[in-house]
Parts: sequence; C-alpha cells; structure tokens
Amino acid sequence: MALEARFRPGDRVRVMKAYPLGHVRTPYYIRGHTGVIERLCGSFPNPEELAQMRSGLPARPLYRVRFLQREVWPDYHGEPHDVVEVEIFQHWLEAA
Amino acid sequence: MSELGEYRPLTYFQLMEVSLRELLVEKGVVTEQAIEAAVEDMRSRGPERGARVVARAWSDPGYKRRLIEDGTRACEELGLDVPALRLVVVENTPAVHNVIVCTLCSCYPRMLLGLPPDWYKSRNYRSRVVREPRAVLAEFGIAIPQHVAIRVHDSTADMRYMVLPMRPAGTDGWDEERLAALVTRDSMIGVALPKVP
Repeated sequence: MALEARFRPGDRVRVMKAYPLGHVRTPYYIRGHTGVIERLCGSFPNPEELAQMRSGLPARPLYRVRFLQREVWPDYHGEPHDVVEVEIFQHWLEAA
Repeated sequence: MSELGEYRPLTYFQLMEVSLRELLVEKGVVTEQAIEAAVEDMRSRGPERGARVVARAWSDPGYKRRLIEDGTRACEELGLDVPALRLVVVENTPAVHNVIVCTLCSCYPRMLLGLPPDWYKSRNYRSRVVREPRAVLAEFGIAIPQHVAIRVHDSTADMRYMVLPMRPAGTDGWDEERLAALVTRDSMIGVALPKVP
C-alpha cells in the first residue's frame, strides 16, 4: 500500500515551512527552501506515524531533493555550484 | 566498555541503556548471549567491506554501473548483505566531490563501513559540514578546487550513502586486493581521498 508519486526528477519543489511536534525527518534548515527532485527513492512507511507505534501506511513516496547551497544559506562562502541533497517525504513537498 | 581508566559515573543515557537491557533480559525478551552476538556482529563489520566494493567498481565498469544504479543489489552480488536499508552510491568525478552526513542523528552505512567514528556523530561535524563543507574538508586535509562542485548528502530518512572515490593514478593493472588496500574509511565518507600508491 503506497501513495502515488506526484513528482518527477527535474521538478521544482518547495519544502513546507511547518513545525509539527513529534518525530520528523525533515531537517529545520531545509524547511521553506526550494530545490529540484533528483530521484524518487521509493515509498516508505511514514516515520512520523511509526514513532507513534502506528503502521505508517500507506507508504509515502520519498525523494532526494537537490538544493543550491547559496539558496539555503544566504551567507554561504563556497562556490555557486555547491549543493546539498536531502531525503524528503512527499507530504513535506509542494510544487514550486 | 571494559577498558581500564579513570572511574566516571554513568551518564543519564548510559544508565537508561543498562536498565533497559537488564529489564529485557530479566523479562526473557532477549538473552545476554543474543545481545553479545549482535554486538560482536557489529564489531566484525568494518570498512574493508566497503573497500571491496570500491575496488570491484574500479576494476569492472559493468559492476560500477550496477552499483550506482542499485547499491543494495550490487553489494548482494558480492555476498554482502545490506539489510532493510537502501544503499545509494555517489560517485566522485573530476567535476563533483561528494560528502556524507546525517544532520539529524548519525545514520551511517554500517553494513559497509562498520561503526561510525566519533567525529561523524559529533555536533560539530553534523552542523558544520552541511553549512561550510569546504572549510570542514580543509580541516580534514583536503582542498577541493573551486571548479569542483561539492555535493553534501544528508541521510535524513531511509537511504544510506557511500562515496565511490576516484581511482588513484598509477594503479593500472592492479588487482582488486591491491586496490582495496588504498580505500580508506574516510575516503568512502568523502572527507579524504584514497591513498596514493
């Protein structure tokens, strides 16, 4: 049982800027930032539900999203082509 | 645990671990032997497993392609079990240098590299490598040229990452065993380069 994947590699997505309580695998530093889908990793039980001893089903599509470091950190000192890639579940993403 | 040294009282989390472990044994949920066996199993896994995978990829272009396509399956080809988690192998090239971190905790490709080093779990590394990777890599002793893009991989969920470093020059005709000896743990995390012959 898995939800359908809504995004494809190359799609621009924004990470939701939300701060729910509980066990969340979306790092704070990336919330609210826009990146590009690098790949679909597969579907996995929702860790936020698993942490509450529930099944986490239906499984949620998980993506690797690529962000330009300069967009994530306004004062980034490295090069303009440096990137960070983060795994993010679909329910944390919206089309950008 | 049994190293001799200055006596220090257990920390809160150590005490919690001991209490929980003893309770589980007392209630018959697990046995001491099973815990010992699991700890031994973890100890016996070391970075030489990852080095074998890298050496094979350096020697066999078909294997390298399969490794990058599906890391888990390619490891199984070598008889290396990668339980439950998906392995993503990221390749260093003349244009891209990859480095791995888990900013949320300490996710690490244990099945290929064994137990993570303490610095990998430190707040210093976890918070800084994602924000100033070039400075952190310089502290590890590698300067990445400006034209090479740095790609930081934050293992936040179900994937585990391993870096496939570039094969050092001067190793033409080497067999896999000799090549594997050049592959260090840190080169598979991305904070070092393989040894040069």
